[in-house]
Amino acid sequence: MSRVPLPYNPKILELFRHPKNLGKMKDATVTAVAGNPTCGDMIIFYLKINDEDVIERASFESYGCAANIATSSIVTEMIKDMKLEDAWKISWKKVIEAVGGLPSVKFHCGILAVGALKRAIRAYYQNKESSPSWLSEELTFEEKQALEEEELAKMISKRMKNEGRK
Amino acid sequence: MAETVLKMMFEHVKDLLKAHEGLKHEVYLDIENSSIVQKEVVEAMLPYFSQYAYGNPTLTHKPGWEAFEVIMESSQKIAKFLGCKVVEEVNFAPGETEVNNLALMGAAFTMKGKGKKIVVSEIEPLSVLHVTDLLSKYGFTVVKIPVDGEGFINLEKLADVVDKETILVSLSAVNHEIGTIEPIKEALEIVKDENPEAIFHTDASDAYGKIPFNVQDLNVDLATLSSYKILGPRGIGVLYVKEGVKINRILEGQIGTQKLWPGVENTPLIVGFAKASELAFKDFERNVRHMQRLRDKLIDGITGKIVEARLNGPKGDKRAPDNVNISFLRCEGEALTIELSLNGVYVSSGSACTRRLLQPSHVLVAIGRKFSEAHGSILMKVTRCHTEEDINYVLEVIPKAVERIRGITGSVEMK
Repeated sequence: MSRVPLPYNPKILELFRHPKNLGKMKDATVTAVAGNPTCGDMIIFYLKINDEDVIERASFESYGCAANIATSSIVTEMIKDMKLEDAWKISWKKVIEAVGGLPSVKFHCGILAVGALKRAIRAYYQNKESSPSWLSEELTFEEKQALEEEELAKMISKRMKNEGRK
Repeated sequence: MAETVLKMMFEHVKDLLKAHEGLKHEVYLDIENSSIVQKEVVEAMLPYFSQYAYGNPTLTHKPGWEAFEVIMESSQKIAKFLGCKVVEEVNFAPGETEVNNLALMGAAFTMKGKGKKIVVSEIEPLSVLHVTDLLSKYGFTVVKIPVDGEGFINLEKLADVVDKETILVSLSAVNHEIGTIEPIKEALEIVKDENPEAIFHTDASDAYGKIPFNVQDLNVDLATLSSYKILGPRGIGVLYVKEGVKINRILEGQIGTQKLWPGVENTPLIVGFAKASELAFKDFERNVRHMQRLRDKLIDGITGKIVEARLNGPKGDKRAPDNVNISFLRCEGEALTIELSLNGVYVSSGSACTRRLLQPSHVLVAIGRKFSEAHGSILMKVTRCHTEEDINYVLEVIPKAVERIRGITGSVEMK
């Protein structure tokens, strides 16, 4: 285990202290989760989507570090009033840029936030039983990364349970 | 590129510090990772930088002889507090990490013709575990002894594991993270009964100046001490080496008064460590009672006020008088340390972020905590210099901070 200096930038500090769009949304059209508490990193996104496939409102809850909170919060800001097709194009790099940069050990926070967003969009269309042409069947990089993190968490939990039985 | 990132980080840190302006009360409890050097210690050290004893203690001139004299005096003071037989048993080296490296590598390479097995516990500090990882690459076999839910080493397992092949056993006297006071005397008897030739090392950095710790009573072969853990300066530690026990150096260069650590002796830091020792052992029992009182006030104040807050490690007399380690469920540790910092309370959390995976403390995992409990843990150590007011302030700040971070966690399920 090693530690690295983590001088977060002012924007992250501001979003950590005063997160925007925080909290559960009761009338959400779709909800998506990414990450796992075992990995110390978990996000829930709530999206209110209208009939035109535009995100009217977005909110989040997060179990995670300041970078996790800040990237989740900024994603909810970025996608407000955005068409799902445009929201789908948001990459983790854009999110990290939007929060003014992150130390490289925290890139995964931005990746997880975008992974959760893409899952939400995918779930929305699955619920509607439709699939627009721009929605790739193959998982995006961010979704794959989120999945890998969750698999890792499962593996660790399993290993711990096995060790506990010894 | 690297320079640009560093420059940016440097700018950001200025902003972060600005966000802390106007704090009315600050309480530093992160003694595990660094400490505030006590004022009297700083004053004791100052003359030795430029006014007196600034020479090399092995050289034949007045500043050199002055340095030799003061290093000897400092060694004698620490030897007395440790209960040494002879002053030569006190060896200065820079800090707990270096001293543990010296102890383990030095002992292993000295003993390598006699066996290959090294025994440690699962909850040793990383300056022990990472060294044994390295030694395993050099052909040594490393066996880790498990601990129970409070961090006590399994003595039966120790007895099973130690044999004639065992050359070195390293078990901390007090666990650095959860404050468990280990049964070192019993462990040593088990080891020596099985194999009198095995070297017994203990990292006593969290014992020295905090619990009764006498090397002759315990009969350990090697013991590590750290200066900053008793409010002395960073960058200096001691390896106690029992008279007659031989270990190799791990660095080479000009050897001076310190036979196990080459290079020029750092006289001001050595003086600082001796002074900090004097202050820790002056009114030792009163200091210990003071720390215990503050420790219990913190533990009771937090676990009594905050739901889903769980103490890690034992309670009462089996716990080091300074250690408080609490897991807060549904509350991520790094976020909590930042929130506390913005309110003037400085602590560390039980996890460190690496690529994708937040690494939980190996100690908390070894005592059976779930990862999500380990991630939400904070470690605090009180000192003889903290006051009731400090603790009252911490108890005011922590519940609010936990509540705010839990507010962000919201309905996230902790499966």
